[in-house]
Amino acid sequence: MKNLIEMIERAAEKFPQKIAFRDERRSVTYQEFYENSRSVAAAVANARLFRKPVAVMFERSVENLEAMVGVLLSGNFYTVIDCEMPTERIKQIFKTLEPAALLISDSCAEKADKIGFSGKIIKYSEAVLLEPFDELMLEIKSSVIDTDPAYVLFTSGSTGVPKGAVMSHRSLISYIRWFSDTFDIDGETVFGSQTPFYFSMSVSDVFSTIYKGATLNIIPKTLFSFPIKLIEFLNERRVNTVYWVPSAMCIIANLKVFDYCKLESLKKVLFAGEVMPVKQLNYWMEHIPKAMYANLFGPTETTDICTYYIVDRKFSDSETLPIGKHCDNCDVFVVNEDGKAAEVGESGELYARGSFLAMGYYNNPEKTAEAFVQNPLNHSYPETVYKTGDLVKYNEEGNLIYLSRKDFRIKHMGYRIEPGEIEAAVGAVDRIAACAVVYDQADDKIALFYQGKKITDSELAESLAKRLPVYMMPEVYISLKQFPYNSNGKIDRKLLKENLRQIKMGENYGKAY
Amino acid sequence: MEKLIKILEEIKPGVDFKAEENLVENHILDSLSIVRLVGELNDEFDIEITPIDIIPENFKSVIAIKALIEKLEDE
Repeated sequence: MKNLIEMIERAAEKFPQKIAFRDERRSVTYQEFYENSRSVAAAVANARLFRKPVAVMFERSVENLEAMVGVLLSGNFYTVIDCEMPTERIKQIFKTLEPAALLISDSCAEKADKIGFSGKIIKYSEAVLLEPFDELMLEIKSSVIDTDPAYVLFTSGSTGVPKGAVMSHRSLISYIRWFSDTFDIDGETVFGSQTPFYFSMSVSDVFSTIYKGATLNIIPKTLFSFPIKLIEFLNERRVNTVYWVPSAMCIIANLKVFDYCKLESLKKVLFAGEVMPVKQLNYWMEHIPKAMYANLFGPTETTDICTYYIVDRKFSDSETLPIGKHCDNCDVFVVNEDGKAAEVGESGELYARGSFLAMGYYNNPEKTAEAFVQNPLNHSYPETVYKTGDLVKYNEEGNLIYLSRKDFRIKHMGYRIEPGEIEAAVGAVDRIAACAVVYDQADDKIALFYQGKKITDSELAESLAKRLPVYMMPEVYISLKQFPYNSNGKIDRKLLKENLRQIKMGENYGKAY
Repeated sequence: MEKLIKILEEIKPGVDFKAEENLVENHILDSLSIVRLVGELNDEFDIEITPIDIIPENFKSVIAIKALIEKLEDE
């Protein structure tokens, strides 16, 4: 299999009558999905585009997936834009991406006007009526090679300007092979998909579904407000595999939802995107003890994931889950401050190499050169590897432990401290629902943001004093009623840092939430 | 009632909660604001809202939320 076009075609041939994707309104078989995508491809190819960026703007729906796959079948590459993204962010993305066309659902037409896009706008509702051109499609399929881009996925760079990681057909195919084989994705798999399609995690469930002929249910976002309805939905759809962000799993754990109703079919629980707090994971494991649990780790630049850990023992609430070992056909290594391979127990920056890697950042040679570098341990031939910016270390069992982002590392009272270690201790305290440690470099103070029920700063400090050495004790305590989350559902640490700055300036900080 | 509206206004400023009858369908209360609201109502009114009660019907309007609080206060 050379490109994703072959993967998609093969799925339609092998499982024509099987349900591929379902949202609230629609359900499509592989055959229908393929036909609709081919019509979309015809509309894009009609615009005489090849190997060009095409933005797709939809609500989270089956149509959105048909549009993405349609762009692939047309030999172009896509970027997913969510209809609910702020207009300014879309404009920023467009400035970098310079899309050749914009593919939209009818309901996103108004939003498209607001962006002021001057290129070709294609409406899904019109595109889907087109007859595909077979000959052209065959020509496109044979022309697309595995190092051609398949999609560009934008992440918010540290400077606030979005960076678009360019992912090739090869990266996605290699990645999906690993994901599907490792977690035994097959025709029996029924996914309940939580993550937005503009977020790297979603490529795992969407494309492993196509690769293995599984079924994927798009979970309506509002169901995460009403946990019992969420459980009913998952039961009714017989969802047996989920791949969610920990925040979504924590909603269920913190409200103790399984005390009231059961998930009947769930067999695999995979999570990634941020650190999974062990206390909440234990709640899941106690209530669904037979399921497989796995902690996946990686940046968008390695397609989605580069290391993983299948939970194989019980962890106490104050322990940290390892991020495990490298995925098949993707290698990782740890480089210490002297630029040498780190010893066991020694912290260093995580590097990744192999086919999962992005080709670089779209229209951004500076950022590309900073992160995609010559392997510092290989002086003999050109080999580009990816510098993740994450600090990790190997434990005695040979598993990697995530420490923090390199930018977030704390140097305090002469010690090197990882925010994650403090967070693990805080998370283990009863009544704590969520927490995040932010370091105030200017004043050399460790600040702790926490959300907890009926617990005071001093009670928390007292409890922490039993678990942490003095130099790791937080010095500023800020209780939040609700953590700010970014659009991917992760705790927004940048906003917390800004919040801390405002507190120092004596502003009324509570208002922001 | 006033206390409830004050809590809601803190969570989502700029909404006319008295007039709004479709807090859920109109996406005024999303999943995180509901989780937060539940926590605050539990603390403020000394009740325990369980997942059984976290359904759209109980959160669609101020009147519905008030009715839920009163029901749980009686229990």
